[in-house]
Amino acid sequence: MATLTEEVEMLRKIPLFASIDPGKLKLLAFASDRKVYKAGQDLFKQGETGDSAYVIVSGVADVVVENDADELVVASLGENEFIGEISILCDVPRTATIRAREELQTLKIKKEHFLGLVTQVPDLGIEVMRELASRLSKTTAELGEARRELSDVKK
Amino acid sequence: MERNLLRYIWQHSRSDQLWMLVIILASMPTYFLSLELPKRLVNEPIQGVGFENPGDTGFFLQMHLPFGETLFGRPIMLFEGFEFERIGFLWALSISFLALVVANGLFKLYINTYKGRMGERILRRLRYELFDRVLRYPLSRFRRTRASEIASMIKDEVEPMGEFIGDAFTQPLFLGGQALVALLFIFLQNLYLGFATMIVIAFQAWLIPILRRRLIELGKQRQIAARQFAGRLGEVVEGIQEAHTNDTTNLERAEMTSILGRLFFIRFELFQRKFSVKFINNLLIQFLSFFFYAVGGYLAIRGTLDIGQLLGVIVAYKDLPAPVRGLIDHDQKRLTVEVRYMQIIEQFTGDELQPKELHQIPESEVPNIKEGYEINRLGVEDETGSKLIESATLNIGKSERVAVIGKFGSGSSTFTEVLARITPATSGKVTLDKVSLEDQPEYIMGRRIAFLDGGTYFPQGSVSDTLSYVLKNQPNDPEAAESNTDSLKKMERKRSANFHLEFETDWINYEKAGVSNQDELAEKFREILTDVNLEADIRALGLRGSLDPEEFPELASALLEAREIFRGRLVELGFDEFVEPFDPQKYNTQSSVGENLLFGTAITKGFEDSALPANAIIRKILDDNELHNPLFDMGKEVASTTIELFGDLDPGNPFFDQLNYMNPEDLPLYREVLSNIGDSPLESVPERNRVLIMRLSLSYIEEQNRLGLLTEEMQSKILTARKALHEKLESLPVMPVAFYEPETYNSAASILENVLLGRVSSTTAEGYERVSGAIQNLLDELELTDDVFRMGLTFNIGSGGKQLSETQRQKLHLARALLKNPDILIANQALNSLSAREQREMMETVFRYADRRDEDNRMGVIWAPMQAGFANMFDRILIFEDGELVEDNPSEQIVSNSERYKELVV
Repeated sequence: MATLTEEVEMLRKIPLFASIDPGKLKLLAFASDRKVYKAGQDLFKQGETGDSAYVIVSGVADVVVENDADELVVASLGENEFIGEISILCDVPRTATIRAREELQTLKIKKEHFLGLVTQVPDLGIEVMRELASRLSKTTAELGEARRELSDVKK
Repeated sequence: MERNLLRYIWQHSRSDQLWMLVIILASMPTYFLSLELPKRLVNEPIQGVGFENPGDTGFFLQMHLPFGETLFGRPIMLFEGFEFERIGFLWALSISFLALVVANGLFKLYINTYKGRMGERILRRLRYELFDRVLRYPLSRFRRTRASEIASMIKDEVEPMGEFIGDAFTQPLFLGGQALVALLFIFLQNLYLGFATMIVIAFQAWLIPILRRRLIELGKQRQIAARQFAGRLGEVVEGIQEAHTNDTTNLERAEMTSILGRLFFIRFELFQRKFSVKFINNLLIQFLSFFFYAVGGYLAIRGTLDIGQLLGVIVAYKDLPAPVRGLIDHDQKRLTVEVRYMQIIEQFTGDELQPKELHQIPESEVPNIKEGYEINRLGVEDETGSKLIESATLNIGKSERVAVIGKFGSGSSTFTEVLARITPATSGKVTLDKVSLEDQPEYIMGRRIAFLDGGTYFPQGSVSDTLSYVLKNQPNDPEAAESNTDSLKKMERKRSANFHLEFETDWINYEKAGVSNQDELAEKFREILTDVNLEADIRALGLRGSLDPEEFPELASALLEAREIFRGRLVELGFDEFVEPFDPQKYNTQSSVGENLLFGTAITKGFEDSALPANAIIRKILDDNELHNPLFDMGKEVASTTIELFGDLDPGNPFFDQLNYMNPEDLPLYREVLSNIGDSPLESVPERNRVLIMRLSLSYIEEQNRLGLLTEEMQSKILTARKALHEKLESLPVMPVAFYEPETYNSAASILENVLLGRVSSTTAEGYERVSGAIQNLLDELELTDDVFRMGLTFNIGSGGKQLSETQRQKLHLARALLKNPDILIANQALNSLSAREQREMMETVFRYADRRDEDNRMGVIWAPMQAGFANMFDRILIFEDGELVEDNPSEQIVSNSERYKELVV
């Protein structure tokens, strides 16, 4: 079992937390719960309201999107990935189900702890904004791409 | 009840009082002789009066007829006595003195015992009589009287009477007699001195009662104030929640202060007056001695009175103050006690008591209800005179299903209460089987009718006690119970006119529940509890409860077996990664350092988690095993890391809920402790600081706290220390800890914990729920559910049933009513804390029970439901509006046509 110091190291590898003061990260690590999931167990389900985000310590998880009765694995996530942060930042339901593909060790960060840290460390807030902005621009670019392809098809 | 205490005592102890008088009189000669003898001892054998010449003899036990000379002109010798020489005479007198002292002591012992027993008997009788009245009060009376005031009256206020009762008659007679003799003696010596004495005493007798008038008044006030105090105190405790939720604790403080103040001033004035009366008494008596010395002396010097007479008067006078003072004290006591008694009796008198006959045990089988209710022009008013029900006339047959609905305050609730005889009718007539309701004996109202309302109050006891309460109407075999009771108990019960039925016997009427023994009854409980959706709750209580393996050895061993199976299945269930069984040879990583050291459940307070750091035995063990220093360093490390992590956070920061081993407020304290300790060695650290630091290390859980402080080496040292600790504790006379041992049942832990005997990792999602679910399944599979259910039946529901939720209590109440198998079940918003769906389900259950009995014996149901919408389940609907019965029709008709019904349902 990893100690706090190791967990801090792990958190540092996540781009979002890379520039945060180690003391604060230690606090975050301390406050977060270590949760273990068996293969096939869900971390959370699509449509639920979220109260925490997760960092994968070890193992692989699938991102599953449910469409009516069908389930579609759209991506998989590995070590050091940060999951579920969108729904703790703005109260939207989970956009996908996350399911452990194999035994999954995670660090569960509660919403109030994460937000507490943001208010304590303005840099973190900026990091979050930067991350989200870059995702947004990526998504916008993808959307543009998709529209173009769509209009090509329509023609 | 008799309003005069002395008369009450006399009525109930006449022969005892007379017998006491006889004994006291009989003890007088011995008493007198034991005073007389020493004088003779000194004079005759010791100083030698009558033994002037060697060879002189004296007569022992020579007896003359008293006043023989006066009557017959010559001394009449009754018994010549035994002749002794001087030494022999000394021995004879000394031995008879010893005998007299012993006899005297025995008399005293007998008299005091007798008096005490007499007092206790009357006290017991009085208390019982008062309690009997409480049971016969009309129910409305309890809305005005506080329960704790009644308790205070019956328990505390009558207490001082016990002491008084034994002395009530004998003491004044005895003391009065003594005083009279002394007075007579003074008279015989000198007429004037006699008159003077009498005048002073008469003056005293006149003055004292005047001074006392205020004392009596104060005594009354004190009693009332004390009663209020008890009443308020009880109220505050019962309603403690209100004080907290409304921030009125300070109001309560102020009120108590004011009540205590009133009590203080009354008591203080009482003391002042009491002592001034005493002072005047003493002064008057002492004035007499002044009078004897001065006036008597003057007369003697003048030669009017001879010195012998004066000395005689003074000697006689010496005996006067004691009995007079005694009389005065006795009278004082009498007054206080009489006032108390009056005060109590006033509270318990009232002509509204139910007649005794209604409470009688039925001589034959209690008849079933044959027809039902006839209600004629029923009117009900509350105490303020406002009308709750006006002129309702209707009949309700015994097997009908009637819903009583209406808006809040419409009278529908009151109507059900009238039918159950909880609220009396103020006008009109209600009869049950043609007998007026107030004349129906309790055994009809209490056994043939069941009443339920939303308020549930259960006395402390187990679930099964609570259920079987309704089956305990009378002992199964009163005669057998009588003959088994020992005769002393029986005799005393009779002498105090207490109740004639034995309590310590089997009161449960199995037949009434349709079963024949205890085991079947438990099955019946289970059936009914299942029907009211409470069975699973009771089983869960059973799992949470503990079990004494000596009382239930089979179940304990079955549970041990379950433990073994559960352990064997951990891998199969996939629990092996997050359930860590307790293994005496292994360090349990899910438990704290302290728990690992103790490795058991504390039985005494000194070994509970919070007490471990200061525990001397633990300290010694840590020292012996070279753990004290490393753990101390670890504690310091935990403290400094915690300060580093949390030190600059605001107190309200959400991160603090993650800090489970320290209070956020304690951070500054630990900062100070750390700087105080610095690098000083453990030995020189003050105890308080050591305890604070050790608290951190003992509650450290590596799995959870993850500071990387607990090395393999320390873990193995802790294991060695655990062993040493267990050896040490086993040598103690009383074991303070129940160890976690895989082969033994741990009586301090719950059943669930016993099967688990391990820790569930807190980091696994839903770990504990999954484990307890699996254990329930396992117990099911091993057919232990029955036993767990039975253990649940023994669960103590707490005072007022507060260990159960309101919903559970209401269901339990319903279960009890069904168990009673009444002819008519009346309910008034009885299930209002259940969900609407469950309420409907429960009503269906009730109907199912009603239909179980044959057609013409069907159980009637009269229900004032929480929501009018339930009414369509019944056959007939009554609608009340502003106290008037406005509609009374078959339910189809009302449901389809009534505007009022539609309005109520919406």
